[in-house]
Amino acid sequence: MLKATKVGSAIALALAVSGAQAQAPLKATVIHWWTSGGESAAVKQFAEAYNKAGGQWVDQAVAGADQSRATTINRIVGGNAPTAAQFNTSKQFRDFVEQGLLNNVDDVAIAGKWDQIMPPSILQAIKINGHFYAAPVDIHMPAWFFYSKAAYKKAGITNEPQTWEEFLAQLGKLKAAGVVPLAFGGQVWQEKITFDAIFAMVGGSDLYLKVYRDRDQKAVMSPAFKQVLVEFKKLKGFVDAGSPGRNWNDATAMVVQGKAGVQIMGDWAKGEFAAAKQVAGKDFGCYPGFGPKSPYIVAGDAFVFPKTSDANAIKAQKLLANVVTSPTAQVAFASRKGAIPIRGDVDESQLDICARQGLAIMKDKSRQLPNTEMLASPDTTGALQDVLTSYWNKNQSPEDAQKAFARAIKGE
Amino acid sequence: MTQKRQSVSFAAYIAMVPMALTVLLAYLGTMLWTARVSVSSSRTFPASDFVGASQYIRLFNNERWLLSLQNVALYGVLFIAACLVIGFLLAVFIDQKVMAEGALRTIFLYPYAMSFVATGLIWQWILNPELGIQEVLHKLGWTSAKFDWIVDQDMAIYTIVIATVWQASGLVMALMLSGLRGVDDEIWKAARIDGIPRWRVYTSIVLPMLKPSVSTAFVLLFVMVVKVFDAVVAMTQGGPGTASEVPAKFIMDYLFGRANIGLASAASIVLLLTVLAIVAPLYFVRNRRAAMGA
Repeated sequence: MLKATKVGSAIALALAVSGAQAQAPLKATVIHWWTSGGESAAVKQFAEAYNKAGGQWVDQAVAGADQSRATTINRIVGGNAPTAAQFNTSKQFRDFVEQGLLNNVDDVAIAGKWDQIMPPSILQAIKINGHFYAAPVDIHMPAWFFYSKAAYKKAGITNEPQTWEEFLAQLGKLKAAGVVPLAFGGQVWQEKITFDAIFAMVGGSDLYLKVYRDRDQKAVMSPAFKQVLVEFKKLKGFVDAGSPGRNWNDATAMVVQGKAGVQIMGDWAKGEFAAAKQVAGKDFGCYPGFGPKSPYIVAGDAFVFPKTSDANAIKAQKLLANVVTSPTAQVAFASRKGAIPIRGDVDESQLDICARQGLAIMKDKSRQLPNTEMLASPDTTGALQDVLTSYWNKNQSPEDAQKAFARAIKGE
Repeated sequence: MTQKRQSVSFAAYIAMVPMALTVLLAYLGTMLWTARVSVSSSRTFPASDFVGASQYIRLFNNERWLLSLQNVALYGVLFIAACLVIGFLLAVFIDQKVMAEGALRTIFLYPYAMSFVATGLIWQWILNPELGIQEVLHKLGWTSAKFDWIVDQDMAIYTIVIATVWQASGLVMALMLSGLRGVDDEIWKAARIDGIPRWRVYTSIVLPMLKPSVSTAFVLLFVMVVKVFDAVVAMTQGGPGTASEVPAKFIMDYLFGRANIGLASAASIVLLLTVLAIVAPLYFVRNRRAAMGA
């Protein structure tokens, strides 16, 4: 494997020396999993921006996040690494850094003042041992509340809820009006997203960080956390019988058609509303939580740059990191992706009202909360998903769930 | 003359080298490699350290893994039994010189030709209480009808049995039918003269004669049980909750989504050993019988 890499780089070197390569554009092979309609329109913005900057974007879309990451791993291990590869802004690429398999992009990050323009939770995920190992490309907030204006009207609800109790009362009204109160997809990751939203709202940022970041066993066993579990399970009374196994976009479609009142989902759901020609603020509403001080969970995507000693490839990696984080490419990408840009200094006019709201909230650092993937390894996150899905679907007591949660979070 | 024969067998050995290498590297090699990874602390990448049995200990402390073993055992018994019975009955039915035999055979075998990723989705719709059978019955006026197994903790695994039996019993039918066609007409004539009822001929004479077909079907079905994955993913994704988890899905989850190839390898090895534990005695008994028969 090592030999293959050496031979590969020798050939690349020979080609580079031959001169013909010298004027060629900086070729960048990028592996990503943006394959849906809105996603590929978004990634095209990056490709165009990169080509305009003197590069040559070679697109390697692999459907499915797991499959895409597996492709990246296989290609790195096989000595044929791509120029860049998509990961979530999380601990997913921590192993790569520890094995010394990634190039850092410190030059670009320092020149671009990433330390100042990017939110702390993102920096925490990409800056490892003082080096920048990934270029974040978007921020997703996985716990937006999207509601159907038609369904709310039918149920006689006029305002967005300001507290958890008010939210539950509204769900009750929706139920009485004959619509499915909560559009819910009963798949483990969706259950986890919903739980985290409730956790952040009901339990508060402090408890959230104590549990997920500090792995504080006492916090997990506390009455406050038990209350979070109890409140989470209350939602079970507001979902329909067909929810288990439902895809997130099918759940969104229920809100789009007014069959359901509200869905708790990431801002990528806006793509479904857009595809149905619905406009944010007119046909559907969005709020990121209850009240003006609610926590804002931060997640997102990033490019990592597999190790190479080929000077041209390194140049391509740096150019790519620079282009994808630039304000114009950021806003063009985010507006199509349904995300918000990783930086605040962009032209907001292209973004919808939800994204603008999110961008405004991001200016208040105290509201930002990293999602679990940023705080725990994929393995631990998975174990937590198992615990929550058992609790949600089985007739399990909150105390038992607490114990299982404590075991899972110890993990690693 | 002897020289020539020697060179022939030498050539035969040469010709077998690629196959031998394939067996050694592709099968045995990967197995050993998996065993090696299962005793390391590997996460995203294979590591070369040695951590003893700790991955196995973790594995058997994992409720989801234990549940998936339980599920696959229950699933396996029901699936194999149902496929054998239904497949045999279908074969007997077709063997009655029915009209349009060719068309019927195609219909029964057709599900086996389809990918379960596609058909699983359709089964999911059929069984979904808000879209499928239950909803249809409600619309027909039978509002108390209830068929919500796929969203029921205790019943979800049975929906997978139903759907996969639908898929695989056609294959069993084809195997049994070829066996039935091999039964000598003289036996039927003799039975008729003796006045033995048809069902009795089937159960006491024909079925024992079909042993090779039955064991072929059993092996094929057993393999399907061990690797059952796509049906679960397409229909329930292991849910609701973890109610219909199976080992293959557990392994895939830890291999890719959860970046823990150490644990996934340990699970694979356990699965391999389980299969060996079940198949080896069967193989042993068969060999002994063959030896005794000879």
